[in-house]
Amino acid sequence: MQRLTCKLLIIGGGPGGYVCAIRAGQLGLDTIIVEEKTLGGTCLNVGCIPSKALIHAADEFHRLSRFDGTSQLGISASAAAIDLAKTVSWKDGIVDRLTGGVAGLIKKNGVRAITGTASFVDGKTVRVEAPDGSTEIAAEAIVIATGSEPVELPFLKYSGKVIDSTGALALTEVPEHFVVVGGGYIGLEIGTAFAKLGSHVTVIEAEKSILPQYDSALTRPVLKALEKLGVTVMTGTKAEGVGPTGLEIETSDGETRELQADKILVTVGRRPRAAEAAIPSLGLTMDRAFIRIDAQCRTSMRGVFAIGDVTGEPMLAHRAMAQGEMVAEIVAGHRRQWDKVAIPAVCFTDPEIVTCGLSPEEARSAGHDIITGQFPFTANGRAMTMENEAGFVRAVARKDNHVILGLQAVGTQVSELSAAFAIALEMGARLEDVGATIHAHPTQSEGLLEAALATLGHALHI
Amino acid sequence: MARITITLPDVGEGIAEAELTEWNVALGDEVQEDDVLGTVMTDKAAVEVPSSVSGKIVALGGEPGDTLAIGATFVEIETDADAPVAAPASETAPQSAQAGPEGKPQPEPGPEAPGTAPADGSADPDPGTGAPAPPQPSAGSAEPRASQRSGTAKPEPRTRALQPNERPLAAPAVRQRARDAGIDLRLVAGTGPAGRISHQDLDAWIANPQIGQSGTGRAPRTDSEDIKVLGMRRRIAEKMSISASRIPHITIIEEVDVTAVETLRAELNASHAAARGKLTVLPFLMRAIVRAVAEQPQLNATFDDEAGVIHQSGAVHVGIATQTPNGLTVPVVRHAEALSLWEAAAEIGRLAQSARDGKAKRDELSGSTISITSLGPLGALATTPIINHPEVAIVGVNKMAVRPVWDGQAFQPRTMMNLSSSFDHRIIDGWDAAVFVQKLKALLENPALLFIDE
Repeated sequence: MQRLTCKLLIIGGGPGGYVCAIRAGQLGLDTIIVEEKTLGGTCLNVGCIPSKALIHAADEFHRLSRFDGTSQLGISASAAAIDLAKTVSWKDGIVDRLTGGVAGLIKKNGVRAITGTASFVDGKTVRVEAPDGSTEIAAEAIVIATGSEPVELPFLKYSGKVIDSTGALALTEVPEHFVVVGGGYIGLEIGTAFAKLGSHVTVIEAEKSILPQYDSALTRPVLKALEKLGVTVMTGTKAEGVGPTGLEIETSDGETRELQADKILVTVGRRPRAAEAAIPSLGLTMDRAFIRIDAQCRTSMRGVFAIGDVTGEPMLAHRAMAQGEMVAEIVAGHRRQWDKVAIPAVCFTDPEIVTCGLSPEEARSAGHDIITGQFPFTANGRAMTMENEAGFVRAVARKDNHVILGLQAVGTQVSELSAAFAIALEMGARLEDVGATIHAHPTQSEGLLEAALATLGHALHI
Repeated sequence: MARITITLPDVGEGIAEAELTEWNVALGDEVQEDDVLGTVMTDKAAVEVPSSVSGKIVALGGEPGDTLAIGATFVEIETDADAPVAAPASETAPQSAQAGPEGKPQPEPGPEAPGTAPADGSADPDPGTGAPAPPQPSAGSAEPRASQRSGTAKPEPRTRALQPNERPLAAPAVRQRARDAGIDLRLVAGTGPAGRISHQDLDAWIANPQIGQSGTGRAPRTDSEDIKVLGMRRRIAEKMSISASRIPHITIIEEVDVTAVETLRAELNASHAAARGKLTVLPFLMRAIVRAVAEQPQLNATFDDEAGVIHQSGAVHVGIATQTPNGLTVPVVRHAEALSLWEAAAEIGRLAQSARDGKAKRDELSGSTISITSLGPLGALATTPIINHPEVAIVGVNKMAVRPVWDGQAFQPRTMMNLSSSFDHRIIDGWDAAVFVQKLKALLENPALLFIDE
């Protein structure tokens, strides 16, 4: 068995782990990163990136279907056709380029990458099993970045018809009947894409509403768009099991029936991979299923850090990346601490939802006396010229000093507003600061300016 | 070389502009930091604007009589230092040119005067009349106090206290700088909108942390220092190690009612202090020890544990543990059995002083047969004294305090003091130690016994 030593060992090559490795390399730390599959983790391989590729392809395909002679733009085109296998290989090409890029960055920064399955021997030692032999690595500091995986329902095991998001992103044929179990953002993003590609899509959700983390004002435009796409949304409905022709369900009024389905996508959440790599043998303090961390991502064991999805909500790649960067600097001796005001979150449905900071409801329940205002895209010139009038930008601020507590938007391509939202919150902007900043015309970002002014009571264009 | 723009600071009372009345500098002048650049007039007072940097005046912001907005360029100064492009003059507070008796900007006399008290909340010089004293006609007739900080010209800091779970408002770069410098941003006053803390606010805090508040936050410290144990400290360490490792200590703590001895001491001091010097409680204790070891000579001894011999001493040489700038020393009062109270007091005082001055001779620091340790007013309730090897006993004096003592019918306020005494348990049995302590107690509680020959 090969024995190695290093200053910093990172278990998991997802966005948290690889960013930690790159930063550690920049700082001159002797670093090893262990990944059992391909660098990039869920995000690059089977999550963020491939799903956005599929969504883009679906959008492009769907655009043509709108030119059936009814378009107010006066454009008509013949019916589109898609070879999904080709789409998937294009998507895989992007994934290969990105994961190859990550491997290159890691190498460039002098970090050793090892492929294999890691397991803790003790808090300072990790054994890596690979087909070509095993390695034992002793490290001064170890970062757990094992991520998360889709939750499997016991009565809907992943096989054949029943697929998880990874399976959905690898389909080479558009299923005629596509059922999504779970109305969270992953299910709706993929469901929307397949609806645009021509599937008959049904979304069933056990709770009373879809996208439960957002308020109804934000989800209403999404629901409307789903309806227009012909997607059936059944809330208060439970999946019971796989039937001969599809999915057996129990509806909100207690009726049991079977939905026709060629593929059943189960997206009922993700769970932390905190039982991997013999992590339980360390006896770390847990926070339900997650590893408990402090403001420096330290676990209850000295020298053992944890970052990313394995440490809790929100399970977002950019949170993991920021944590990874921070931990590398802490290990290098810098004084760093998690002091972020807000973590933006984007839901890539059509229209998109972007949120940063507190919603009006969250702000009130946190005890703030707030003012709030919004500006609809129906009054935004750029949105009109792109036929993207659904949605709005909303601001939430303290009543006493107008410091912005939260910014939200729903609308086509509003994900790009996330940068402006996050900067405003992180810099501690007041409504007046945003209101006094010139926003380029004509852009949808003017909606942010106008929402700030609307909250102050003097929006200009409405 | 750097060109610094000094802006007109907020000279107080929330005004937006001020009239330039006078330049104290001209183009090309060399100025030092804190030199007065010019004077502006608000509707309340004339205020001098000092320079926050040293350098050469290269531009002036206007002519006397011009009205300048707060924040407008006041002067531009070329310095030879590499410095930030803009420096607010308010880093050093502007100074009041026309100062009243209290050194505050002088309000105009008139019906509106009571409402125009200085914003820093200082008391009106004559609040009873409601009409302020007339301005001083000239600087010569009164002590000019123009250099006093007016306090009104500082940018208004955050006025609203942070809620317990509220975070200070600051940009990420400011937060990181504060963390690197170990500064808790919750303590730093923010001058930006809504109390936002700017880089300049942080600079000001670093240059001048607010009085009464620690400049450092609770950032973990990673520094450490290695101090070589040398000289006196090393000898103390070695002696303590020998005492603690070789001697199995038994420590007895007993309370002593010192009301009577204190009364006696007070009376002796009242009548004889001038002629014979002041008495502390130590000479009484020393005398009690002399009397007690007369009955138990095995306690006034040194134990040569290597040779296995106890040297029992007729003379009572009492070591007095004394704190000196270099550390603990134990000067020795020789032949305590032959000293009167005042002689003992004088000897204790002399030895303590020469030990503190580092002038104690070698034989004044050795040869003790029993020791006393006292921390005086710091004496605590009880201590566990370490025996001064090779002695076999040490008596520790704890703090004296008036405590309620039950006399069988009622609580009485009595002056009480604990004695914490340690003994070498190899030589001294617990019973003998207890008898000794009880003897000391009896002697001190009935001080007449100290002076009766048996």
